Amino acid sequence: MSDTNSPGTTGGDPGRGSWPEYLGGETGRPEDQGPPRRVIGTPSPAASRTMLTQPDGGDGEELIEPFTPPEPQDPDRARKAERIVVACFVLATLAGFGFLVAYALVGVGSLTDTLHSNLWLGGTLSLALLLLAAGAVIWVRQLMPTVEITEQRHPMRSAEADREAFKETFEEGAATSQFVKRPLVRRTLIAATVPLAIAPIWLLRDLGPLPEKSLDNTVWRKGLRLLAYGTGRPITAAEFNSPGGLISVGPEGYLANDDEMAKAAVIIIKFRPGELVFGPETRPGAPSVPNKVVPNWTVDNIVAYSKICTHVGCPAALYEQTTHHILCPCHQSTFDATQGAKVLFGPATRALPQLPIGIDSQGFLIATGPFNEPVGPSYWERS
Amino acid sequence: MSVDRALGGTGNWLDERIGGAKGIRVLLRKIFPDHWTFLLGEINLYSFIILLLTGTFLTLWFQPSMTDVVYHGSYVPLRGVRMSEAYASTLHISFDVRGGLLVRQIHHWAADLFMAGIFAHMIRIFFLGSYRKPREINWLIGIVLLTLGMLEGLFGYSLPDDLLSGAGLRILEGVIQSVPIVGTYLAWFLFGGAFPGHVIIPRLYIIHVLLIPGLILALITVHLFLTFYQKHTQMPGKGRTNTNVIGAPLYPYFLAKTGAFFLFVFAALTIAATFVQINPIWLYGPFNPVAMSAGSQPDFYMGMLEGALRVMPNWQWVFFGHTFAFNVFIPALVPLGLIFTLAAFWPFLEQWITGDRREHHLNDRPRNAPTRTGIGIATITFYGILWAEGANDLIADHLDIPLYWTTWIARVTCIVGPVIAYWLTKRICLGLQRKDNHLLEHGVETGIIRQLPGGEYIEETRPVDEDALAVLSSRVAHPALPAGEAAETEVPASGMRGAIGRVRERSYKILTESAPIPEHIHGDGHGNGHGDGHGPAQVRSGGATASGTQAEPHPGDEGH
Amino acid sequence: MSWITARRRHPAAGYVVIAFVLVIIGTAYAVITSGYASADPQATPNSAQIAHGRNVFLQECATCHGLFAEGTSQAPSLIGVGAAAVNFQVTTGRMPAAELGAQNDRKPPRLDAADTAAVAAYIQSLGGGPVVPSAAQVGTAGANVALGQQLFVADCAACHNFVGAGGALTYGKAAPPLTASTPTQIYEAMLTGPEAMPVFNDLTITPQEKRDIIAYVTQVRAQPNPGGFSLGRVGPVTEGIVAFLGMLLFMVLAALWITAKHGKAHE
Repeated sequence: MSDTNSPGTTGGDPGRGSWPEYLGGETGRPEDQGPPRRVIGTPSPAASRTMLTQPDGGDGEELIEPFTPPEPQDPDRARKAERIVVACFVLATLAGFGFLVAYALVGVGSLTDTLHSNLWLGGTLSLALLLLAAGAVIWVRQLMPTVEITEQRHPMRSAEADREAFKETFEEGAATSQFVKRPLVRRTLIAATVPLAIAPIWLLRDLGPLPEKSLDNTVWRKGLRLLAYGTGRPITAAEFNSPGGLISVGPEGYLANDDEMAKAAVIIIKFRPGELVFGPETRPGAPSVPNKVVPNWTVDNIVAYSKICTHVGCPAALYEQTTHHILCPCHQSTFDATQGAKVLFGPATRALPQLPIGIDSQGFLIATGPFNEPVGPSYWERS
Repeated sequence: MSVDRALGGTGNWLDERIGGAKGIRVLLRKIFPDHWTFLLGEINLYSFIILLLTGTFLTLWFQPSMTDVVYHGSYVPLRGVRMSEAYASTLHISFDVRGGLLVRQIHHWAADLFMAGIFAHMIRIFFLGSYRKPREINWLIGIVLLTLGMLEGLFGYSLPDDLLSGAGLRILEGVIQSVPIVGTYLAWFLFGGAFPGHVIIPRLYIIHVLLIPGLILALITVHLFLTFYQKHTQMPGKGRTNTNVIGAPLYPYFLAKTGAFFLFVFAALTIAATFVQINPIWLYGPFNPVAMSAGSQPDFYMGMLEGALRVMPNWQWVFFGHTFAFNVFIPALVPLGLIFTLAAFWPFLEQWITGDRREHHLNDRPRNAPTRTGIGIATITFYGILWAEGANDLIADHLDIPLYWTTWIARVTCIVGPVIAYWLTKRICLGLQRKDNHLLEHGVETGIIRQLPGGEYIEETRPVDEDALAVLSSRVAHPALPAGEAAETEVPASGMRGAIGRVRERSYKILTESAPIPEHIHGDGHGNGHGDGHGPAQVRSGGATASGTQAEPHPGDEGH
Repeated sequence: MSWITARRRHPAAGYVVIAFVLVIIGTAYAVITSGYASADPQATPNSAQIAHGRNVFLQECATCHGLFAEGTSQAPSLIGVGAAAVNFQVTTGRMPAAELGAQNDRKPPRLDAADTAAVAAYIQSLGGGPVVPSAAQVGTAGANVALGQQLFVADCAACHNFVGAGGALTYGKAAPPLTASTPTQIYEAMLTGPEAMPVFNDLTITPQEKRDIIAYVTQVRAQPNPGGFSLGRVGPVTEGIVAFLGMLLFMVLAALWITAKHGKAHE
């Protein structure tokens, strides 16, 4: 099952390969009715009508009929169409100038002004382009005569003779260059290019620092106050006393540091007595029991969780106080805030880490230690 | 100086230095066939040109910098808010540069249309079989252009550093981070450290305005060159064969039509930019890593990846101190990776299975390749379900479907849906083929009833007209699989041996399954005008034993 | 040939197929959207009462909330919710609820202003709770809109979307859009945490900060869309729909026009 050409069949000009039999090798049939049709790329049987497009430089004589006729077939229709096209172009010109004028006259700076400017500039430009487009289409369809011309295809494959010649030239050159005959020269050349090829990639090493322990830690440590995001105010447990309450917080001194806040953002939620499912008491920073809230990491049924979703890192502050679900709006990972933020649904695999909190001497909420595990999305080095 | 003399003078000047009268003349006379589906690729080409023009305008004001500033510009609600210079400069372009908002919106709509056009164009190429030899290179280039387009759009809409696109960058970082072994390093190198860092916007900027557009431009050039050089495919029709092109020449017809289409593309984009708001970054607010909005989606061409991330169950494996975050890197890499890989290999797979290495310049009608069409629809179904899942919270909110149900439905239908779609499509294609066969074999009903001498009533039929005949009979049978040596030895032909050979044989039967090619056409000399005396058409695997039979179209037989 | 294939040319075949597909789609949609018709069991319990309010309460509310607002299996206790909660629920038309669903949506209010105030006062008298904010308390003159924006996107947008266009919650619930909410209602909602919404008391988010948030929400929702139709202000999903159903379709139509064969003018 191969597609070898049978060379020398009729239908092609000498410079190219010819069609295999199964493809018909037809010489396009000139049609006998309708607009003038031309078959190009094939020598016609009539000696007086030589095709002009032979790449091998046949001397062309003038064709009896033009390749594309000079006038449309229906002059009346064309005249009507011409009026329409001219009208379109005239209006387009006006619209175009309207654009220039609108730019000069309509200013921006407020929302309303911008709205007006956008409507004027955009409206005039749209009109100009649309009219130009419509005019152009009517022009092509009605003013230009309809033609249907047949052009012959040639197989993409080069003629055998050409392929042979190419092969000879290539091999000749390879031999002359000594590239093949002197292996040591060749191999050392290749060897020399290897480090140079690696160099551009090597140069990218300083794109960034190595992650090292950066993903494992946040800035949270014992004693840092929890400040409400946006206002920057510290919060007392006494103030944050409405069951079902929630607020986004960050560590004191870092609220304006986006790089740290991307890991250190925390939400605190207030519960009623009995709602939280407690596990055993644990030292701050030590591993906790899964699906349980560490009691000594809470203050008065206020629990703090990392806000950074463990799926791919969106901040998850969507909290339903009736169901106690923390729902990340990105991909719908759902965490149960009463059970150590364990995963209930969605693509997240790990619970949100709980931040150990307490109160300082003035009653403000503070962290009593770092997170007991890395926050945010999973990564290879995370155990 | 008259226009003629001016043109002649210029032409002469150039020709004396470059030559090329002959070559350019050939080009000017090149024939282009006409079909509306052939203009879909031009949507992309012209959208890209408009992207280049509007993009250049935007670069004159945009500041690709993440340095923090406090805003005091024209947009009142954000005065006093800390934001990056990139965001502030985008606000400036929108509200303080005349035409700035219009150009921003044209630019973004053009990006959307570019991608939508690529989908439409790619679908046309696939279902019509235009990717077959000799156009496989263009098909592969197209897949690369699709990928580059997605990246270019993603990086482009991230440049203003707003809340929505910043959330997208966060997700990108989380996805990269999850890649085993090298993930954290890649993420740190891309962002210059921890997220968000201070360099991602300037880096994305240079990739977006220089590197990727350069690649796209180069690939588009090759893509177009190949289309011109190999000549465009054409739809089956009267007089159209595999060895000719019928249409109108480049000059002046095709140039005029394509110019008109360019104007239409530009007009459509401008109309959209005037009347439909897109990417209102002032409403999203500047990026801040603590904030998040409900209903956060990327632009639509990234939607399938977003849906894949949402649909994935929470699988991971922690093994000897290392985490395989399947829940993240599988949806990011596997569904789209599978589709792109299948697409890239498809022309070659088809060639291997069918053994068809001929050049194909006549497009297939989708119904004439039922398995290919079925696989295409199945792939679109798979893609579409994941794409819809990307907007599942909006769907849940606006169509009153409980949120988790949307995910569960997507989980099930993304597997079951393509299977059903494949089966359904294939049956429809086979049915359409039978309908075509019926027309060919029995002709078109004329509604004229005649009574035969014996008293029997028949309806007269006439043969289909030439144009329809050419289209209906354009089906070419696949070449037969290579036959083995003498039947007694039972040695299969080379290429058909072993397990691979059996796979190939089974795949061949499935891939070439079609209604049989009719053996005679109504009106080619056989008796006609009788009722349905033919038995039901049987479906058998086409061409398995016969070598390719072609339906021979006969020119205009009048109905008897 | 199978039974179905043999009948593919039956005159009714097309209608049967369409009817079949419509039935499948309709049934599927009905099943999918029927979920979660039960109300959430837990809500903040509170109640209060004075005379007229008591009467209105008995007429409109007691059936579900109990004779003394102590709650029943159908509805929570109202003791301690405060006048603010009652005012919010009643002025947004959520209460009195005509039926129990996953959540109650905004409707035209059933009770007039006088009755609303009375019931609110009655409930307040039962167990105290947040009071209805005064006009001055919700006035946004001089508000720090920038701070309002920062607070809104950090604590509110995850449910309500970046401009308050609403968003999906679990089990058939949804955070409603804020387009029709009055400043008083927004204040009360933050203060009392209706249904699934968390509570933002006046010490966590001070009255001034609440005013800042209200200023941001009301200002942004009122401002025009300079780029054209806003498509709901929900982001790229609607933009993508326009790209396909609008622009791509337009391009296809243009292509059809450009390449159409002439009608009778074709020779």
